[in-house]
Amino acid sequence: MKNKVLNKIKNMSGWTDLIYSLFAIVVAFIIGAILIKISGYSVKTAYTTLFNGAFGNTYNFTQTLVKTIPLIFTGLAVAIGFQSGLLNIGAEGQLYWGAFATTIIILIFPGLPALILIPIGIIAGALAGGAWAAVPGYLKAKTGAHEVVTTIMFNYIATLGTTFLIKNYFKAAGPVDQTAKIPEKARLPELMANTGLSWAIFVGIATVIVISYLLNRTSLGYDIKAVGENASAAEYGGINSKRITVITMAISGAVAGLAGSMIVMGVLHRFITNFSPGYGFTGIAVAVMGKNRPWGVLLAALLFGALEAGGMSMQLFAKIPKDLMTVVQGLVILFVAAPSLYNIITGSKDTKEVEV
Amino acid sequence: MDAVKMKNIIKKFGEVVANDKVDLSVKKGEIHSILGENGAGKSTLMKILFGLYTRDNGEIYINEKKVDINSPSTAINLGIGMIHQHFMLVNRLSVTENIIAGQEPIVNNIFINKKAARKDVKDLAERYNFKINPKAKIEDLSVGEQQRVEILKALYRDAEILILDEPTAVLTPQEVEEFFEVLNTLKEAGKTIIFITHKLEETMEISDNITILRDGKKIADLKTEETDSNELARMMVGHEIDFSVDKKEMQSGKDVLGLEGINAYNERSFLNLKNINFKVGEGEILGVAGVEGNGQLELEEIIMGLMNFESGKIYFKDKDISHYSTSKRRQLGIAHIPSDRLKRGMIKGFNLGENIILGSEWQKPFAENGILNKDRIFKYSDKIIKDFDIRTTGSRSSASDLSGGNQQKLVLGRELSREPELLVVAQPTRGVDVGAREFIHDLLLEMRSEGKAILLISSELDEITKLSDRILVLYEGKIVANDKADKFTREELGLLMAGHEGEDIDEKQSTK
Repeated sequence: MKNKVLNKIKNMSGWTDLIYSLFAIVVAFIIGAILIKISGYSVKTAYTTLFNGAFGNTYNFTQTLVKTIPLIFTGLAVAIGFQSGLLNIGAEGQLYWGAFATTIIILIFPGLPALILIPIGIIAGALAGGAWAAVPGYLKAKTGAHEVVTTIMFNYIATLGTTFLIKNYFKAAGPVDQTAKIPEKARLPELMANTGLSWAIFVGIATVIVISYLLNRTSLGYDIKAVGENASAAEYGGINSKRITVITMAISGAVAGLAGSMIVMGVLHRFITNFSPGYGFTGIAVAVMGKNRPWGVLLAALLFGALEAGGMSMQLFAKIPKDLMTVVQGLVILFVAAPSLYNIITGSKDTKEVEV
Repeated sequence: MDAVKMKNIIKKFGEVVANDKVDLSVKKGEIHSILGENGAGKSTLMKILFGLYTRDNGEIYINEKKVDINSPSTAINLGIGMIHQHFMLVNRLSVTENIIAGQEPIVNNIFINKKAARKDVKDLAERYNFKINPKAKIEDLSVGEQQRVEILKALYRDAEILILDEPTAVLTPQEVEEFFEVLNTLKEAGKTIIFITHKLEETMEISDNITILRDGKKIADLKTEETDSNELARMMVGHEIDFSVDKKEMQSGKDVLGLEGINAYNERSFLNLKNINFKVGEGEILGVAGVEGNGQLELEEIIMGLMNFESGKIYFKDKDISHYSTSKRRQLGIAHIPSDRLKRGMIKGFNLGENIILGSEWQKPFAENGILNKDRIFKYSDKIIKDFDIRTTGSRSSASDLSGGNQQKLVLGRELSREPELLVVAQPTRGVDVGAREFIHDLLLEMRSEGKAILLISSELDEITKLSDRILVLYEGKIVANDKADKFTREELGLLMAGHEGEDIDEKQSTK
């Protein structure tokens, strides 16, 4: 009986992946502990301050969530691309254009009421990110140009392009290359004063729900996954794989663009050049960790947010360099991406074999 | 002496028992056939022997010594070599490079001694009488030659026991003959050969002993000389098989499909389709005969809108559909059984339900306004699984878990249940066992009697002559003959397929 239940759980691949991932996290932390020890710090102090920094009190937890929000969006963006077999390395650039469009549209129409201004700001960010990502999608469909190469190049154009535009046309007075602040009413309300945690978290969760629904319950989602799994068979079934490539990139870019909108409307309240510490790239790791599933991405983003926030307080209070947590992040990814390590360590076999 | 002895082998995949207490003994120096339908457990048994799967129970003896095979490298060290149905070769590399891969002769610890390698390969090929150019690139070789490279690869690793998984499935009839010569040479050299197959004639022709599997169980061990194909078929399927077909005369009706002056060029295969003209009417099966690679694939893909063509027109019931998308053509009522079912016909990562609605995922009742209705999808797929006797654990199991014959039934189930008016059927029984083959042929004839138009593309002459009302022969992208089926003899078809024009045939016939 117990075996039957266990088998059932095993057959639900979401659960297996979750177990794998938890295992990967544990192993990464064990190796992390060894590194902390070798570096001459106390493992106990390190991990307690890390944990307290991430979850210790309400304020600390809000900081974890603040770090989590952009990663939910960029992680989702990359995951959507993966589902259709596309490697969108350009989330970073799409995020910049999203943030830029949100800021500018709000600054152009400051007189509109909040109820209109906030949705317009969000939509502008999604559209800008989507349009920016659709171009590499179109290039791939038309000419076969690989999206990895084009989206990487597009990142440079995006960061430098926004910097150029801000410097020359939208710069607020002062030494920093940034725009003026957006009006109070266009900002997403804070859930707790002075934490930076805003309604953006709900937008993030809503986006997870929407994308999950899109991929699993809609005809378009079916087409996206069909092209990702086997483009030849998709074409045989009448799916226009080139069209799907463009659409998938556009959706992916729109979600990455939302990350930019959320940062502007929830945290920075203006566009500051080069503001992103690489959310778009961390999104790739988040997607891998989340096995390209929307809910998996949410959990993975939370883990990365916690490591980031906890790492900061570890550095601040225990004087243990935050980089050690970056190493742990890297190890987590390494183990998640290599599930066979799990088999070697636990001695289990035959996890994926099928009758041919 | 027994080169291989497997005792009481049990292997389960979840709830499915793939091997149920199977015994096998293979004598040294013999050709031993393992015969069974798809899904009977032949490949599983051999993958256990080669260390690709771990058995749940049972013992293995090699040369009468008990061994524990846990990985292919253990198997290779024991002198076992396996030639898979899908070749494991690097297309861009040469024959020599492929053969020595992993066991390269090295100079100064760094460099590959290419000269020595080429000599080794050449000697090896000569010893077994293989015709092969060690410098040729794999991508330039025919399928039959590639197979010989695979065999050489195993021999280079000193294999004494060779496992061949459905080796003839990919070969033309001529290549099969050559391949059998190769097998006999190997046998004379003292090698032990295990031959997995579901083809009765080949089993009778080549093997010394036969082991029959059905539903994961061993049914019988037989000496080839003491049996015949009828007995084998009965044991394999579990009931008598009627090889004859009961084909009613059909009055072919209105034209459903028409091709007019189609010219096309396939950049990948360098094949030109030249001035293709034909029509298929209601209640008619038009067989397209020909050795594979003479334009069949191009024809199939052009009709379905999967490949562009240069000039000409395609008609579906008087409507010019030359520029219609694949999806529009399917919606008009064209069904397609693709020649490459793994590449085109199904999505392995999807479950059966999802595969069964491929192409209908935007249409009612499976979706409304772009939202899928999973209940209806699975209800529909459950019905198809039942109607087409697809052996599976259910609609939600992954398509990759199906055996070859059941995969084909899945494709057939999907396509025929859409109530099409035209069927484009390519290589419908490739890699499919006798039972399923019979089932598929009956289905096609049933479709014909319902008045559907059927274009049957097949490289199996038996299938063409058995089912077709009319036959056309493709050779190097041209139609070299097109007539009523009873106007051709088998010999004529064979010669036409080999590129002899009509006059040549008359000469050959008269000199006989």
